[in-house]
Amino acid sequence: MSSIDLSRFHQTFFDESLEGLDTMESALLRLDVGSADAETINTIFRAAHSIKGGAGTFGFSAVAAFTHHVETLLDRVRSGQRQVSQSDVDLLLRSVDVMRCMLKAASSGDELDAAQAAAVQAELESSLDSDVAQAPKVQAAAATAAPGKPRTAWSIHFVPKPELFASGNDPLRILREVSAMGAAEVSCDPARLPPLRAAEPDLCYLAWTVKLEGEVTLEQIHECFAWVEDDCTLEIVALDAEVSPSPSPSPPPLPSPVAASAPAPAGTAPKRPSLNVVEGGRSETRDKAGEGGSIRVGTEKIDALINLVGELVITQAMLMQQAGQLDPVQNERLLQGLSQLDRNTRMLQEAVMSTRMLPMDFVFSRFPRVVRDLAAKLGKQVRLSTVGEHTELDKSVIERIADPLNHLVRNALDHGLESIEERSRSGKDVCGSIRLSAAHQGGNILIEVSDDGRGLDRERIIAKARERGLQVLDSATDAEVWQLIFAPGFSTAATVTDVSGRGVGMDVVKKNIQALGGQVDIASQTGHGMTVSIRLPLTLAILDGMSVRVGDQIFIVPLGAVVESLQPRADQVKSLAAQGHVIKVRNEYVPLAELAQMFGIPGESSGPSAGILVLMEAEGRKIAARVDELVGQQQVVIKSLETNYRRVRGISGATILGDGRVALILDVAGLVRLFSTQAQAA
Amino acid sequence: MSLRILAVDDSASMRQMVGFTLKAAGYEVAEAEDGVAALQLARNERFQLVLCDVNMPNMDGITLVRELRQLPEYKFTPLLVLTTESGQDKKSEGKSAGATGWLVKPFNPEQLIATVQRVIS
Repeated sequence: MSSIDLSRFHQTFFDESLEGLDTMESALLRLDVGSADAETINTIFRAAHSIKGGAGTFGFSAVAAFTHHVETLLDRVRSGQRQVSQSDVDLLLRSVDVMRCMLKAASSGDELDAAQAAAVQAELESSLDSDVAQAPKVQAAAATAAPGKPRTAWSIHFVPKPELFASGNDPLRILREVSAMGAAEVSCDPARLPPLRAAEPDLCYLAWTVKLEGEVTLEQIHECFAWVEDDCTLEIVALDAEVSPSPSPSPPPLPSPVAASAPAPAGTAPKRPSLNVVEGGRSETRDKAGEGGSIRVGTEKIDALINLVGELVITQAMLMQQAGQLDPVQNERLLQGLSQLDRNTRMLQEAVMSTRMLPMDFVFSRFPRVVRDLAAKLGKQVRLSTVGEHTELDKSVIERIADPLNHLVRNALDHGLESIEERSRSGKDVCGSIRLSAAHQGGNILIEVSDDGRGLDRERIIAKARERGLQVLDSATDAEVWQLIFAPGFSTAATVTDVSGRGVGMDVVKKNIQALGGQVDIASQTGHGMTVSIRLPLTLAILDGMSVRVGDQIFIVPLGAVVESLQPRADQVKSLAAQGHVIKVRNEYVPLAELAQMFGIPGESSGPSAGILVLMEAEGRKIAARVDELVGQQQVVIKSLETNYRRVRGISGATILGDGRVALILDVAGLVRLFSTQAQAA
Repeated sequence: MSLRILAVDDSASMRQMVGFTLKAAGYEVAEAEDGVAALQLARNERFQLVLCDVNMPNMDGITLVRELRQLPEYKFTPLLVLTTESGQDKKSEGKSAGATGWLVKPFNPEQLIATVQRVIS
């Protein structure tokens, strides 16, 4: 008869529980087994306790049952009945994993690995059983007490202690409850009442006797007095013989104190007003960490906001363009207003974009656990340090950077760091070090994964590359050699371990990062370790671009990719049979992309020396594009071409210009690849 | 004037559930996420009932009950603690701190309303 649909609170429960599990995990990882800090244990306990409570309330009984075991173990640690051991920490960490899986399964309806959950639960149970001997057995009496049979008449003598009011209890409330269970006759005994002058208004001097008739059990009466049993003298006497079981059984006593106020036998039950729910569910919650409050907002709402601001920016740019043709004297006020609008729009855009930003900690925080588990598996000692975890990055970028980073960290641990013996033989600290860092650099974020392991082996990589049929010159620079490990299917590990060799290689890492508009670089020093640097744009929604004109079309070149612009001389351009045209810039031959030709735009200039060449760089390689005019520099709001049209080679997206026209954004890395595959194919 | 209830719980989903249920039943509800925040609120405005969880960071529910009872405005106000089935000792701890009674978790909206109606009507 539940009139409130509890499912409206499920999302909040899932969110806070997953957050709680993260808290538990990080607290468990910093738990000092020898001398467990009481506050850390408390934090872990509280998280488990809340999850259990919520799971019980919102009907996730499997989660509640499992978490109950975790809570029991933690409670024993908390109360000093149990010394926390390393194996306890391991067990608790695995329990966190199980709870996380259970919650995710409950929230998405996914399949749950029931076998694993059962295995961990069995381990928890046996671990709890091992110290059950010390644990006092409570509740035995309460559990074995048989429910009393209903009688038809009772005499209840209730003498409250004078201090009863101080607990917020009201004897009249209790008497009303008792009387509601049947036909009652209440008499008041004022014997303890002192002379009025001596009476304290805060004290209770009265006592009562209730004669109650109706089918009522002793438990039901006790329920009414449950809150005050220690604050009164209570005598309950049955005035009749036990009622023989009636054909229609009376309701059994309910376990909770609420039962006492529940309407008694059917027919006499007063109608309880049902709840009418009209209000929308509030999804408000305070940020536990921050000083100021925060609210949880769905990502789709923020995305909608960002889209709207994007549209506003475009409209505003359009107005600015139109206003450029107005007479500045006649329209002074209008132009002032427009420039104010320009500033406000820009600030609004920045403010809205910042709501999508998350600290890198969001990703970094998972690594202590990953590193700990993996190091144990590999028998290595590792110290993980993180720097710049407060650096903020767009949520969608953060979500997609997690997997590549995970792969890099696993790689560093598995292949980068040497075994303990090998490290001590070469005189290194036996405890290896892995460092994760994040920092802003211009409009980009720079994320680095460094280790102090063996570094890359130039000779082995070259040998392996040649084995796989790749052309490598002996004179290749180190940087060029390191890039080889990004080749598909390239692996230099002698044996594929189950740690990093999951079929995903560095090529996938690179592809993922390129898909985000980023780039990967490697620095390595044999015997001293290596660093993988990832450079990413801060957001995927806005781009700093240079607009260029080809015929009547405008293209946007990502500003970060632009190296220089130049006017070509005829003698710089060479025609190659295989590669089309190349241009010689400072003794370097760069492939030349004729944009007009590529996209079928009637160009206005032809001939080798026509137009302007924009020299662009991606993935360490350059390409030149011929354009008719450099128009200007502007921030553009990126719109996906794929979702609105289809994928086009050499184009990464589109934007809408101030005059309402659509401009295509060049995919510089894509162009570079396009031209190099053409060269190889030829 | 509708009756004002202060709901204190560190769990956002529980606060939402309790808040929503009580508002739907016609009460005015304020929420706090720990004892410290609750005490602050209770000092500034008057509530006719305080419902509080036991296990909370910063200030737990038992301490909150003890602190509230010290305030003259809350000397006789009903204060209910939300305990779990296993928390038998928490009930008596709450009682000796000055709590009026308790509500055992997990509870459903109907049980919550029934308990609240027991102490304020």
